[in-house]
Amino acid sequence: MIQGKIQSIETFGSVDGPGVRFVLFLSTCPFRCLYCHNPETWTDKDSTLMDVDAVFRKAMRYRSYWGKDGGITVSGGEPLNQIDFLIELFERFHEAGVSTCIDTSLAPFTKEGEWFAKFEKLMSLTDILLVDIKEIDAKKHVLLTGKTNRMVLEGLEYLSAIHKKVWIRHVLVPGYTDFDEDLIRLRAFIDTLDNVERVEVLPYHDLAKPKYEKLGIDYVLKDVLPPSKERIDNARRILKAF
Amino acid sequence: MREEWKGFVPGHYEEEIDVRDFIQKNYTPYDGDESFLEGPTQATDRLWGHLQELQKEERAKGGVLDMEEHVVSSINAYGPAYLSPEGAGDEKVVGLQTDKPLKRAFMPYGGIKMAEESLTTYGYTPDPELHKIFNDYHKTHNQGVFDVYTPEMRKARHSHIITGLPDTYGRGRIVGDYRRVALYGIDYLIEKKKEDFANTGDGTMTDDVIRQREEISDQVKSLLAMKKLAESYGFDISKPAKNAREAFQWLYFGYLAAIKTQNGAAMSVGRISTFLDIYIERDLKNGTLTEKEAQELVDHLVMKFRMVKFARIPSYNQLFSGDPVWATLELAGMGMDGRSMVTKNDFRFLHTLENMGPSPEPNLTVLYSPRLGINFKRYASRISIETSSIQYENDEVMRPVWKDDYSICCCVSATETGKEMQFFGARANLAKCLLYAINGGKDEMLKTQVGPELAPITSEYLDYDEVVHKFDLMMDWLAKLYVNVLNAIHYMHDKYYYEAAEMALIDTDVRRTFATGIAGFSHVVDSLSAIKYAKVKAIRDEDGIVTDFEIEGDFPRYGNDDERADSIAVDLLKTFMKKIRKHHTYRNSEATTSILTITSNVVYGKATGALPDGRKAKEPFAPGANPAYGAEKNGLLASLNSVAKLPYEYALDGISNTQTINPGALGHDVNERVTNLVNVLDGYFTNGGHHLNVNVFGREKLIDCMEHPEKPEYANFTIRVSGYAVKFIDLTREQQLDVISRTCHSEL
Repeated sequence: MIQGKIQSIETFGSVDGPGVRFVLFLSTCPFRCLYCHNPETWTDKDSTLMDVDAVFRKAMRYRSYWGKDGGITVSGGEPLNQIDFLIELFERFHEAGVSTCIDTSLAPFTKEGEWFAKFEKLMSLTDILLVDIKEIDAKKHVLLTGKTNRMVLEGLEYLSAIHKKVWIRHVLVPGYTDFDEDLIRLRAFIDTLDNVERVEVLPYHDLAKPKYEKLGIDYVLKDVLPPSKERIDNARRILKAF
Repeated sequence: MREEWKGFVPGHYEEEIDVRDFIQKNYTPYDGDESFLEGPTQATDRLWGHLQELQKEERAKGGVLDMEEHVVSSINAYGPAYLSPEGAGDEKVVGLQTDKPLKRAFMPYGGIKMAEESLTTYGYTPDPELHKIFNDYHKTHNQGVFDVYTPEMRKARHSHIITGLPDTYGRGRIVGDYRRVALYGIDYLIEKKKEDFANTGDGTMTDDVIRQREEISDQVKSLLAMKKLAESYGFDISKPAKNAREAFQWLYFGYLAAIKTQNGAAMSVGRISTFLDIYIERDLKNGTLTEKEAQELVDHLVMKFRMVKFARIPSYNQLFSGDPVWATLELAGMGMDGRSMVTKNDFRFLHTLENMGPSPEPNLTVLYSPRLGINFKRYASRISIETSSIQYENDEVMRPVWKDDYSICCCVSATETGKEMQFFGARANLAKCLLYAINGGKDEMLKTQVGPELAPITSEYLDYDEVVHKFDLMMDWLAKLYVNVLNAIHYMHDKYYYEAAEMALIDTDVRRTFATGIAGFSHVVDSLSAIKYAKVKAIRDEDGIVTDFEIEGDFPRYGNDDERADSIAVDLLKTFMKKIRKHHTYRNSEATTSILTITSNVVYGKATGALPDGRKAKEPFAPGANPAYGAEKNGLLASLNSVAKLPYEYALDGISNTQTINPGALGHDVNERVTNLVNVLDGYFTNGGHHLNVNVFGREKLIDCMEHPEKPEYANFTIRVSGYAVKFIDLTREQQLDVISRTCHSEL
């Protein structure tokens, strides 16, 4: 049985997909988003190994809280970095009739080779994805995350093609991701997709700052303030967000 | 059938006192939504506006508006008095405790010393004549108890290993079946008590027979006094109520008699909602009442429960902060026949929190079952989210024990309405008991011998088996002492401060429970887990008393759904309960226990040294059965699952759990939040949890309220603490900080 590298567990996720959800945070991520609020998941240094059985047993203790909409969400880090584990895990939950959700930036997405075959398999076991579009402008995306957004957009187009339900999330960071022209472009891109059930704007906050200090990582956004209510409302209006 | 009962389905209640039978035969379940509800009438707005002015004045005067100096409270100590300065006009339900709204009565029978101290605390002057009467001519409960305490009991009380005892205040927690006044009228109730009197004993005057005959005589006098009380307001309650308005009024006169004669810590109203709905339904059907008028009756009755006041002393206020009276009132629940007992009235009582804003009293308690109708569950959840004024208790674990007509007599303690009474017993500090086990009975704060001189632990590192063994012996000592302290207290309470008015509305052949309690629960569990799974080094002072601990390594904590720690919790509860059960209890009452601290977790913590779980000396305990602050690493539901493992059958007096959820962490919008809260409640109670206080707000709001209590929006800002609700601005700063520090399910 494959072992997953688990960063942490949140038993009460209520904004991480539909209903009340058991959220599993997996370790490692290809992106280095400047605002990341889980920088401890970048590497697997502090992760715990757990196999599918163990995760399944633990999660099912919360089944009585899930109602008709809830279930399991795998977040991170970037869960698709552990796609083999994810497939085995979701096979188990899918079989038990539990709603499955992936919270991803689609960073590892590729339409090539073996990985893509695995992703297709995984999608057959997944009910919904929460996909972060960090930034629609490719250059700004690199500045923000260290990588291009090409695979993110390609991945979303693929998900649209197979009609897989997604919620799009956009973190609003003043000076980085809150320019009107980009928000308008982002909405135009979303309009090309036919599988988007909801768009969410998540205002940037600096609550993770102490984590950076503890990990000894420089916090680049230290002078950035959370967005104003006007800017949040503006972004929600442009993106037709929830 | 009696004329007053016309239109009701007949039943056994016609032959004998049987309110449950009347309810089951006659109530109309309601599974619709809240759209039928009506807003406040002009009269309600006027009265509530006036009461809020008085409450503001009360706060401005340091928490007490007025106090009685010269009149000893009794059912008819005062003539009629009204909330509104214009007299009865607007009030659909009348009756005040004293001659003025919010004025606190003089109630010396629990203890003349305390009654006088409460006066002087707030700048009033005790009457020398009353001082003389209650010292020279008549003894009071408190004096009786201290006359018989042993030196060991006094020491244990002084060190706070047992504390919060009802030896300086009324024990409370007795719920008269006030519905009986409405359904039967006083004359029938007197007739029945006289029958009981005639059948008490065979003429052989044993202690039991003498006592019971005297008690029934006192009960009958109380019933006559209730009639006179009603007369003074222009009502004849000798006969049953004929309509809804009378039913509300009759019932309230019964309750008013109780709060005029007793200042118990908890003066619960009981399970009245479904009962009163039957009268409303009949009037609605007859066309003699409108929905607007029905809501007005509920609003006005609730306003009366919001006005109950008692004179208290500072040490009492530290234990039970924020001036609570536990006018606990139950809603919903399922019948034993599987029907939901939710009626329109259960919506109306919740709706008072919209019509008149949030309020700590009455202590609205939803008897929850996942099988309740979805419309009611959603409405209750929404009101919770908006007001943080409701608590939930699991009908699915209580109904098998207490059937379907139980009331909650304080925070979490069930009692079969009209059939039972309780000997309330505060709690034993098991965290301190653990330290006594380590220190051979020496108190870690006072540095004196309080417990038995058993051999202390002398090793540098604590050994789990050795600690468990010594702790077991020390708990043996504590359980015996604790039960006997309570035996003395309740003997004297019966003798000097008997609850005749409440007991007059309860069956003569009453069942009695003996309610002990546990404080420091989660800290003992984590301490034992630390000793078992990590290395704990004892730090001793110059006298060899262990006063601190160093923990090396990690250990599982209670509150993470981790069997290693949670099994210690289950064992601890079972062990303590079994030890309590070994001892004789006063009047052969049935021993129970609770894991409930109210706000006394702060006071108990202050009197307790550092613990092996890392809690520093004097820091507050976690309240009730809550996991320790910061122990929860896997979120709310893991914490709930840990608490839900505690077996209710070993803690029949209740297992209290208080949780605060940030609105943003409950869902994106109101609709999602309501759905998710219903899911949390369904899950917790399906898993066997007993009680949940639900608060929905963020830390920022608490901090802002603490810094700016004068802001108008905070005047009625209510929060749930362990087992009851308070206005946040009425808590001491220390307790506000404690609440803020454990508002933890909020970040990210």
